Amino acid sequence: MLTLIRKYFYGDYGEIENGAPPAPPSREWPLWEVFIRSKQGLDHKHVGSLHATDAAMAIENARDVYTRRMEGVSIWVVESRHIHASNPDEAEALYDPANDKIYRHPTFYQLPDELKYM
Amino acid sequence: MNAESMIPNHNAVTDTTINAMLQLADDNLIMGHRCSEWCGHGPILEQDIALTNIALDFVGQARNFYQYAATILQQMPNEKALALVDFDMVPEQITEDSLACLRDAGAFKNHLLVELPNGDWAQTMLKIFFFSAYRFYLFQLLQKNTDTQLAGIAEKSIKEVQYHLKWSSEWVIRLGDGTDESKNRILKAMDTLWPYAGELFGPAKYELECYQLESIAFETLRVNWLEKVNQIFEMATLPAQSFTQWHQSGGKQGIHTEYLGYILAEMQFLPRTFPNATW
Amino acid sequence: MDTTMLFAQFQKKIDQDIKIEPQDWMPDEYRKTLIRQISQHAHSEVVGMLPEGNWITRAPSLRRKAILLAKVQDEAGHGLYLYSAAETLGITRDEMYQQLHSGKAKYSSIFNYPTISWADMGAIGWLVDGAAIMNQVPLSRCSYGPYARAMVRICKEESFHQRQGFEILLTLSKGTKAQRKICQDAINRWWWPSLMMFGPTDNDSPHTAQSMLWKIKRFTNDELRQKFVDVCAEQVKFLGMTLPDKDLKWNEERQHYDFGPINWEEFWNVVKGNGPCNKERLATRVQAWEDGAWVRDAALAYEEKKAVRQYRYDAENENTKMPVS
Repeated sequence: MLTLIRKYFYGDYGEIENGAPPAPPSREWPLWEVFIRSKQGLDHKHVGSLHATDAAMAIENARDVYTRRMEGVSIWVVESRHIHASNPDEAEALYDPANDKIYRHPTFYQLPDELKYM
Repeated sequence: MNAESMIPNHNAVTDTTINAMLQLADDNLIMGHRCSEWCGHGPILEQDIALTNIALDFVGQARNFYQYAATILQQMPNEKALALVDFDMVPEQITEDSLACLRDAGAFKNHLLVELPNGDWAQTMLKIFFFSAYRFYLFQLLQKNTDTQLAGIAEKSIKEVQYHLKWSSEWVIRLGDGTDESKNRILKAMDTLWPYAGELFGPAKYELECYQLESIAFETLRVNWLEKVNQIFEMATLPAQSFTQWHQSGGKQGIHTEYLGYILAEMQFLPRTFPNATW
Repeated sequence: MDTTMLFAQFQKKIDQDIKIEPQDWMPDEYRKTLIRQISQHAHSEVVGMLPEGNWITRAPSLRRKAILLAKVQDEAGHGLYLYSAAETLGITRDEMYQQLHSGKAKYSSIFNYPTISWADMGAIGWLVDGAAIMNQVPLSRCSYGPYARAMVRICKEESFHQRQGFEILLTLSKGTKAQRKICQDAINRWWWPSLMMFGPTDNDSPHTAQSMLWKIKRFTNDELRQKFVDVCAEQVKFLGMTLPDKDLKWNEERQHYDFGPINWEEFWNVVKGNGPCNKERLATRVQAWEDGAWVRDAALAYEEKKAVRQYRYDAENENTKMPVS
């Protein structure tokens, strides 16, 4: 089993890359993912993340960070730890089987050009 | 007898309006100045951005009020306009910038509260909370003013003020009900700022006239404000407050704390060093 | 799975211009390079707020004040987008700060130069942001998805920065004698450090080859620097000012401007911490962070109390709830 996320330390220009001293125990504000609806009628789209202590603050922060230029009319936030993702290692098993089901696509069917409204 | 003296009230009304606009604008400008001092120094990136947004709102509102005053002044003969504003350097043209930069501390009409130093995050939050609550109730009244320009600016600004009030209230609650240290700090901020809160509700004559309000309206404003403060303080587990007889005042008459001089020295130095240059 | 195969698959994806996303397998070195580059970039944005923030309270007009505030705030926003992108690689923002504050992580050396006149706001916008954009536009096609997406957003916002800077200089260049003087002076001081922003020459840039193979980088330092010189040598004419390089001249054969030698000794010294403002900039960041500790703690403590209260409230109400029929 591969560990997908590992933590690394910093190295810079020609530096011997020993890394920084370990960070003190984390009192970091939780991380939130932000989704913005750019205008009525469109889906909320993932735009990035930010830190906040609760959902209300996350929405306010998202407003200040991600809608400074009228980019949105609605905001969703969800704490990052609550996002579940499909495993990229299983990508082939999950998504490749759809490849040969071309009959799901309208272009699969050969119909006379004269046929209208279909 | 010249033509102008035939409309006796006109001058007085204009004088009143200019003074009131400068009062509103000066409050905003100095608030904006103080908040902008935080830019790049906030406790966490997200809140640095949030506070800078608020600073931008303050500067934006200041510009609206100065521009309105400048428009009125530009429409009258220059000599008369200059007589209405206490410039200490005569501007080539009266603009938002000359109003902001070519008046000295004695001509500034902002409340003393806004010019006090930022102190720590607690003091800044409490100051924004006090000021925004005051502005929230005041602008509700100004929206109804027969001066459509003033009413329009108030209407536009109140949306911003509402957000500032919400944001700063939340911080007051968090700090009051956070750690022992944060509670001590907000209590200390309270001690520092409270003597300056009363001035918000002692209207100058020009304010009452321009805002078309009786003194009783400011009394109501004060009651509403105190109620709001105590409501938030209760949520913040902070002691309820009441007004005592004495409070600091003088800002509206141009008698300021020592801090304003330093603010202006910084803010005005370029336009004064290079008079009449374009930027 | 054999790692050789993983490496091969990874490189194949890169070669086919398929983006790498956070959960995908990636070589350790790729992850490390990205963390270094993205966090360095984020730190640059955040430290970069200081030299310009320095002039917010002294901006010469209300319009300029509002623009500068918005611009410096954008830089905070850009820092935030970039920290976000780096966080997808498994490092926390606190850890990145730790590296910055301990002096381990670097940021763009340009921000270790002082801003001593208003014209510097113009020169930074035109030259420093101009050089940044030159670097950043190719990065929006970088192979790592979150970084590329952050860069798209940043590039969109940066162009306002450069334009406002040029406008400041343009206004000064048409102004009084004193204004023209500070305009030229600012260009003189910012020109060379801006050229250094592209990093060491290709011969001295050990990471470049690998980064290009991984499509983290699309052009070499020298290519981008040349492009920047070509653009600025023309733009400066609109200002009626000059770039401080006597060797600057059009080379018909190369179809590029030739320019004089860069003072690499100065560059490496500023990188190593000997620039005019290194200590001051870092100390300011550290202080802001330390002064903010009690604020961050208080907000967390409040949140924890609130959660406990909510839990108790829910538990109590659970008992008294009527069954729903």
